[in-house]
Amino acid sequence: MFKRHSVLPGFNLALGFTLVYLSLIVLIPLSAAFIRTSALTWPEFWAMVTTPRVMASYRLTFGASFAAALVNAVFGFLVAWILVRYRFRGKKLVDALVDLPFALPTAVAGIVLTALYSGNGWIGQYFEPLGIKIAFTPIGIFIALTFIGLPFVVRTVQPVLEDIEWELEEAAATLGASRLQTFVKVIFPTIFPALTTGFALAFARAIGEYGSVIFIAGNMPMISEITPLLIVTKLEQYDYAGATALAVVMLVISFVMLLIINLLQWWSRRRSAAI
Amino acid sequence: MSATALPIPTGKRRVATDEPGWVRWVLIGLALAFLALFLFIPLILVFYEALKKGVDVYVAAITEPDAVAAIELTLTAAAIAVPLNLIFGVAAAWAIAKFEFRGKSLLITLIDLPFSVSPVVAGLIYVLIFGLQGWLGPWLAENDIKIIFAIPGIVLATIFVTVPFIARELIPLMQAQGTEEEEAAVVLGANGWQIFFRVTLPNIKWGLLYGVILCNARAMGEFGAVSVVSGHIRGSTNTLPLHVEILYNEYNFAAAFAVASLLALLALVTLALKAFVESRNKQQTENANEHRST
Repeated sequence: MFKRHSVLPGFNLALGFTLVYLSLIVLIPLSAAFIRTSALTWPEFWAMVTTPRVMASYRLTFGASFAAALVNAVFGFLVAWILVRYRFRGKKLVDALVDLPFALPTAVAGIVLTALYSGNGWIGQYFEPLGIKIAFTPIGIFIALTFIGLPFVVRTVQPVLEDIEWELEEAAATLGASRLQTFVKVIFPTIFPALTTGFALAFARAIGEYGSVIFIAGNMPMISEITPLLIVTKLEQYDYAGATALAVVMLVISFVMLLIINLLQWWSRRRSAAI
Repeated sequence: MSATALPIPTGKRRVATDEPGWVRWVLIGLALAFLALFLFIPLILVFYEALKKGVDVYVAAITEPDAVAAIELTLTAAAIAVPLNLIFGVAAAWAIAKFEFRGKSLLITLIDLPFSVSPVVAGLIYVLIFGLQGWLGPWLAENDIKIIFAIPGIVLATIFVTVPFIARELIPLMQAQGTEEEEAAVVLGANGWQIFFRVTLPNIKWGLLYGVILCNARAMGEFGAVSVVSGHIRGSTNTLPLHVEILYNEYNFAAAFAVASLLALLALVTLALKAFVESRNKQQTENANEHRST
């Protein structure tokens, strides 16, 4: 049996509409990328997606995304911690503003971070004399990706932290654990799956990010050119095969990340259910 | 929101599960410094840069014809994309939350798919279908229909990136609410639409609104996907975020930030509405969970 019996109406209509809509908007267009690329032979495809310029863009995209997600894991956890555990003035406002990167259009984020971190910007001016350039270098890309990924870790860790029972920590204290030991052996293992999920979400988002990065990146081939920008560049040069081949690589990576995130979420749920 | 979930000790201090005072202040200070660097200062800078050259320049930048055209197009795209994704979200949530069928978790994953696809790739796939070199390109050209580098392409790309928003809010909410109330309505002789509008909709209205707010913010702010299919024709296929880019690349920073400040205001309104709806939604979910456990 495909569907279990129910007295409620509308199953066929609702599911039918869902499937048709999803196919027309998402699935068929996505399959276009794969079908287009299947016209290439494997060596052709491989050559296209492994040129030195493309390889440099992978290294940059993954490296900057990984670094940004790592910083977000550390500081996102810290932000979630103070929001759940401590009281301070303006906490509600801070809590609401954490979602700003979700709500602020990426182009706005891009230009404002560039203005902030360029040589004469509010923050950039303090780094310029030290010989550190942030905007128009890979460091700028890292900054933009950190901004974009900031809410993911906070919002995945926060609910898990809220659910931890005081009794657990009290028990640890009663058994003679110091506060640090309790943190390392009781609290951290509990939130670790959520933290990893948040890290993976931030990382996945960063890999595909375009709008906020292109303003601050400088976009120099081999140095500060991210893979999504390379796709756009190829498209503007009417190199459809090249752009599509790169898009397929990005899509495969997205699917793998989606799979990993689903597994992590399942692990996270199981871990918190066990408590 | 945290205070409800976790009883923060007041009066008598629970020394055993508290950090020393100085640790607390160092942690709060570090976290706020990080947020200031990445969130608060950038937010202030948008408005500072927008108004730096005076109110006149600001007003001129957001009332010149190209800017007004961009505002109109952005509103149009959102006005089409949000209702369509609303209908989709409700239909998907109805099928997934109220019925048991095989392949359900696969369907949920597929609905989330647009979130994990790079915006640039989202734009590209429509070019592959509707562009001049695309599958339907020659036929569209023959019949003089423009999709890519025209408004339909912008709308399509906007729909793609915002597909999951409403569905993913409604699915868990409706799953938590179960089917008893709707089943009671069936027994009392209500038809499908009556059940939906009189029983289900009042139960999910806050969750629905929450999804609509997030969906709308993304629809108006999308850059990457729209940029690929737009063609950047001033006054014609430029949305607000694309207009920001054009002005910025022309070194017209005051105007770029003026237009950007409109989008930043939109983001702030979104966050405020979101915080309000979130509290209402939480109540509704809690009621549903209580209802379920009794």
